[in-house]
Amino acid sequence: MESSELKRSKDSVNSCESARRSSFPDEVLERVLSLLKSHRDRSSVSLVCKDWYNAERWSRTHVFIGNCYSVSPEIVARRFPRIRSVTLKGKPRFSDFNLVPENWGADIHAWLVVFAAEYPFLEELRLKRMAISDESLEFLAVSFPNFKALSLLSCDGFSTNGLAAIATHCKNLTELDIQENGIDDIGGSWLSCFPESFTTLEVLNFANLTSDINFDALEKLVGRCKSMRVLKLNRSVSLEQLQRLLVNAPQLAELGTGLFSQELTIREYEELESALSNCKNMHTLSGLWDATGIYLPALYLACTHLTFLNLSYAALQSVELAKLLAHCPQLKRLWVLDTVEDKGLEAVGLNCPLLEELRVFPADPFDDEIVHGVTEAGFVAVSFGCPRLHYVLYFCRQMTNAAVATIVQNCPDFTHFRLCIMNPGQPDYLTNEPMDEAFGAVVRTCTKLQRLSVSGLLTDLTFEYIGRYAKNLETLSVAFAGRSDWGMQCVLGGCPKLRKLEIRDCPFGNAALLSGLEKYESMRSLWMSACNVTMNGCRLLAREMPWLNVEVMKEDGSDDSQADKVYVYRSIAGPRRDAPPSVLTL
Amino acid sequence: MEGGGVNGGSESGSMSTVSREENMVVSSEDSSCTDQSELELGLGLSLGGGCGFKMHHASKDAQFARILTAKDFPSLLPSAASPSSSSSSSLCRANVTAKTKRTADSMAAANGFSQLVGWPPVGYRRMNSMFNQAKAPAIEGFNSTTENHKNETSAVEKSTVGSCGNAKLKHSLFVKVNMDGIPIGRKVDLNAHESYEKLAKTLEDMFLESSPSVSQVGLRALEHGMTNKLTRTLQLLDVSSDFALTYEDKEGDWMLVGDVPWEMFLSSVKRLRIMRTSEATGLAPRLQGRNQRQKSKPN
Repeated sequence: MESSELKRSKDSVNSCESARRSSFPDEVLERVLSLLKSHRDRSSVSLVCKDWYNAERWSRTHVFIGNCYSVSPEIVARRFPRIRSVTLKGKPRFSDFNLVPENWGADIHAWLVVFAAEYPFLEELRLKRMAISDESLEFLAVSFPNFKALSLLSCDGFSTNGLAAIATHCKNLTELDIQENGIDDIGGSWLSCFPESFTTLEVLNFANLTSDINFDALEKLVGRCKSMRVLKLNRSVSLEQLQRLLVNAPQLAELGTGLFSQELTIREYEELESALSNCKNMHTLSGLWDATGIYLPALYLACTHLTFLNLSYAALQSVELAKLLAHCPQLKRLWVLDTVEDKGLEAVGLNCPLLEELRVFPADPFDDEIVHGVTEAGFVAVSFGCPRLHYVLYFCRQMTNAAVATIVQNCPDFTHFRLCIMNPGQPDYLTNEPMDEAFGAVVRTCTKLQRLSVSGLLTDLTFEYIGRYAKNLETLSVAFAGRSDWGMQCVLGGCPKLRKLEIRDCPFGNAALLSGLEKYESMRSLWMSACNVTMNGCRLLAREMPWLNVEVMKEDGSDDSQADKVYVYRSIAGPRRDAPPSVLTL
Repeated sequence: MEGGGVNGGSESGSMSTVSREENMVVSSEDSSCTDQSELELGLGLSLGGGCGFKMHHASKDAQFARILTAKDFPSLLPSAASPSSSSSSSLCRANVTAKTKRTADSMAAANGFSQLVGWPPVGYRRMNSMFNQAKAPAIEGFNSTTENHKNETSAVEKSTVGSCGNAKLKHSLFVKVNMDGIPIGRKVDLNAHESYEKLAKTLEDMFLESSPSVSQVGLRALEHGMTNKLTRTLQLLDVSSDFALTYEDKEGDWMLVGDVPWEMFLSSVKRLRIMRTSEATGLAPRLQGRNQRQKSKPN
């Protein structure tokens, strides 16, 4: 009975094509598959059989490309004919820290040219760490009549003139989201380029720009875009102006204020408070530059339903934060500066039981003489009060193994654990031992861990632990750590789901690099800088693995045989042709 | 409707291979539900050739040896915790000790880790937003007027910023700025400015804009007579102004800003102070003591 059933199911798979054609029309299959959103599900589906492959590719409307050099725009266009939305990521993450030459690449233009030909109905473009010029933005603005959403995160190369082109030409724009970019801010007149008839904007984020914008134009724009739900202003917008905007946009769900500091009369303050509290849908609040205790109370009534509070540009003290948090019982995500100190974090633990994500940024990262900031005590305090915590980014100047063990015991569900002890190679400050046991505790306890950044004094033992226990780890960032090749080998040999590995200033050499020969094809990328890898090692890697692009960036004055910065990534597009002279493709 | 196959692969075998490759590069996501894949894991140790890399063939067969244990090599560290594997390989020890010098150099800077490139890992754009800088470090080729400056300043960058000497890289050079009467200092990225005028303008914007909100103490300072002065421009480079911009150089001396070429200033400045001119009388610009260097660009 069993075997015949098995046989029958085997037969049906083998005759998949004919069975499908006769009993299951392609249109229906496509319709069903169009409901699939997850890319991993879609990948699986496309491998079932040829019919499913085709149905999947015809029904896919959004494509996500994690590394713009892993594939070419022509290949994408050939496979997916009906794309409306593209997400593209470019430079290695360490470019955020000035470790990558500025002309490295990741230029969007070649992609736009292909898209203009193949996807004239493109609606959305989301870019991260790409290079974009004003010309490209203008090309984008005029080439896609249906264009709706543009999101630029950590991109470089454009100015406000490019934004003017978008505002001028994109008649159907719903989203303009400009986050933390290297933008040349020539002036604020771009905002006046939205035509008077334009009313469709739902998301407007220009928080990152510095020049004054024409407030009159902004006020009118916000007034006529009744569907606006996200508005993030830049510093040039004052409190009084904020109040005027909010009066016309109480429907806002996400608000980024401008400068949160201005001399207000009592009446103006009350009007501001009232306007803020009228935003009943507000769940995200950010901006708050230069916010101090004087005006923060204006926010209290507006914070009742807040789930995300971004104070990472407001240097608050602990008391100010504590008072504010008393009004934020629903908070799930909190970003702060370390000016709040441990006392501020204690208040987090006391007031935010639903907290899932905490990021503590350093207010003064380059000052090694500073004694304040946060310590292990603050982190521990949060862990006691917030058992649901699963994402943390924590910059501190001291940490202990015992504290981390306590933290993960309180919060075993970490998916993202990014700990940065700012002094490189610093041991447990109480015991003077390496921080191996801290990260050992993390990987042993937090079985769902996807992303890990390690710091402090670390021997190879840390990496043994990672290789042995971190079965779901996808991204690992390492700096100033390890003792020998063995450390890196443990990770490459042990973490089955590893996709991104970025390493700087570690004593890992060719043996370590080459131990991952087969692994790199299942990963998105590997970055190694200031390690002990040589050109010969890289050449060998390139020779053995044709599906990998191996790129070396040399530094002036270094040994000819040293491979100072190595970037390895899988690609079906072959070696790239737009690398600058400082980047050697092996 | 079907159209042709993709990439010319008409057999399902080759098609699925290509599509699997494509799927990996095109369809992976950052955070997602993790699939519970079952994989057999082993810690494979691939023996390298030590310092001079001599592996002739990296075929799968030749790759693996047994897992080394502490018995095989004397361990470098007295690590108590791990019984099963050694902490290092003596094959690589020479490599490690020779090459860790470079890492050690960077770590020697750790006591003053502000000289490490890209550390701590806070994005430079975030730093710029926090410290109210208008621009990121110069974008290559973007603005033709900055290209001349780039050539001039690259030599300075190498000396000021330490390890990375790539001439195309322009790092941030944040220094502290304090102004008399305002208790909370700021930081400014000198490399984001090309001249004294631009620096002075940024500082004026910084302190004029922020001083009313800095703190209660700052407010009181304003009330006690500084308000008038701050509502005017600071005229930092003007000798007749009420405020003088000074800097502490690497030798610990306090100098008036503006006397030396911009690049020379960048290479010697440690921090800045906006001083009331009444207190600045003790400063003497050391023009005579310096080498006779041509000013490479006008101030």
